Amino acid sequence: MDEPRSGQPPQSANETNSPGEEPSQAQSESQVGVPQRESEPVEPAMEPDAAEQTLTRSEWKKLNRRELLKLTPIVLAGAFVLPGLRTPLLREGVALGDWASGLLFSKTRLAPTFAPSAVVPFEKFPYNGYDVLDPGVDLDEWTLTVEGNVQRSGEYTLAQIRDLPKITHNVRHVCVEGWDAIGNFGGVRISDFLRSVGADPRALFLEVECADDYYESVDMDTAMHPQSLLCYEMYGKPLDRGHGAPLRFHFPTKIGYKHAKYLTGIRVTDVLKPARGYWEDQGYPWFAGI
Amino acid sequence: MRTIASGLKLDTLKVDVNGNVVPVAYEHPWIVRICHWLNAISLFVLIGSGLRIFIAFPSFGPKIPQHNFLTVPKALTIGGWLGGALQWHFTFMWIFVGTGLFYVVYEVVTGKFREVLFRPRDAKGVWPMVRYYFLFGRKPELTEPYNALQKLAYTAAVLFGVLSALTGLVLYKPVQFRWLAFVFGGFHLTRVWHFLAMCGFLSFIPGHLVMVLLHGWNNFFSMLSGWKKGPEYLGR
Repeated sequence: MDEPRSGQPPQSANETNSPGEEPSQAQSESQVGVPQRESEPVEPAMEPDAAEQTLTRSEWKKLNRRELLKLTPIVLAGAFVLPGLRTPLLREGVALGDWASGLLFSKTRLAPTFAPSAVVPFEKFPYNGYDVLDPGVDLDEWTLTVEGNVQRSGEYTLAQIRDLPKITHNVRHVCVEGWDAIGNFGGVRISDFLRSVGADPRALFLEVECADDYYESVDMDTAMHPQSLLCYEMYGKPLDRGHGAPLRFHFPTKIGYKHAKYLTGIRVTDVLKPARGYWEDQGYPWFAGI
Repeated sequence: MRTIASGLKLDTLKVDVNGNVVPVAYEHPWIVRICHWLNAISLFVLIGSGLRIFIAFPSFGPKIPQHNFLTVPKALTIGGWLGGALQWHFTFMWIFVGTGLFYVVYEVVTGKFREVLFRPRDAKGVWPMVRYYFLFGRKPELTEPYNALQKLAYTAAVLFGVLSALTGLVLYKPVQFRWLAFVFGGFHLTRVWHFLAMCGFLSFIPGHLVMVLLHGWNNFFSMLSGWKKGPEYLGR
């Protein structure tokens, strides 16, 4: 195939091929043209390696038409323009990300923890309430309702929760909006709490209700992650109203909107309610692992 | 079929247009064309939705106090609100990365990358092209499908794609890819890199479009049908 290069312009080959012959054979061979060697640029060495067909105008048009037809898969992207298809397609796109996120998640891979010097001052840790910063929880009367696939369902006081081993760590809180802040969080492991109430270890989900009308649900793997907390302290002090007093979720492996505040009840379940989360039901991804 | 300067074989034919026989070259195999157009569509969506996501926190500093870096008009964005933009972004990222990866693998496997990859030896050809385009310089002779400036631009575009995909992965999963976050200087700085990758595309796209306009229908049509009529490097 390698003809000597003379540097001359190609001979205008006059071979005419039989008009019916399909030029596509020649194409399919050359599409996977394996480079012969790495050579320095040479002068226009443009003689044909083999005899070139000369197409008539109509053959040329036919060839182009056939090539254009190969692009039809692109038309499928037009489905995103149609409102009736767009919504389900985008939902599937997000679901694909959630599925991949679930695969990526590891129960043992820890979120980075930071030295105290990296923690932002308490005043600079944002309150990101979606609605009100104080839903008026009566802290003296507050209990956590535990239900679902647990052996000891019922009402649990904050004191009972605090009896479990306390964990504090400095971790990065990542908001869906794009900002992040390293804060100090204290509480008990959700996994410890769930074991203490005899939750079914094979259950799939944890659903929560909040004193404001926020609601959330998470996969059990994330709930059982060693850094996932039922958080009652920030910066060594009891949660203030803005941060979700008296009890909130904190998941260093999830984006911020999963960290429900003002918890009033949790439910261990294998089947999620149709209402999966306040923001998720409006279009945010559900898994939201980071 | 002809062997072009960098040792690559290109499928060629001749076309008889009213007695005038011109050589034609199959420059863009259909896989490349499909990748090009799907990638272009997804890039459009990713930039539009990415800007909408950016509006939610248009800063690279702390949340408190928040200093906005720039104001992006909502009309230029896709998705309507943060959640909508996230859906577009998280759907088209698959198409973007998928077609991008497919393209790169295809180019490497077929050896076609040789005609478009910018290499050190192409550096000396960049300035003559710049002089030709912007300073009315003499037109450098073209012996292969892409000139040095094109190779630079297309190679850079692929690198912007790699940068945006890797930084995007860190922003999407900063905990699972904490080692990659470390490579980019941490989560915070990764947002800057992600933004800069978009700026790279925003500088590439207008130049690309202007060149496409300047080079006319025959050149544009080759990205649809694959075949280019009478390209300069094939001679007459």
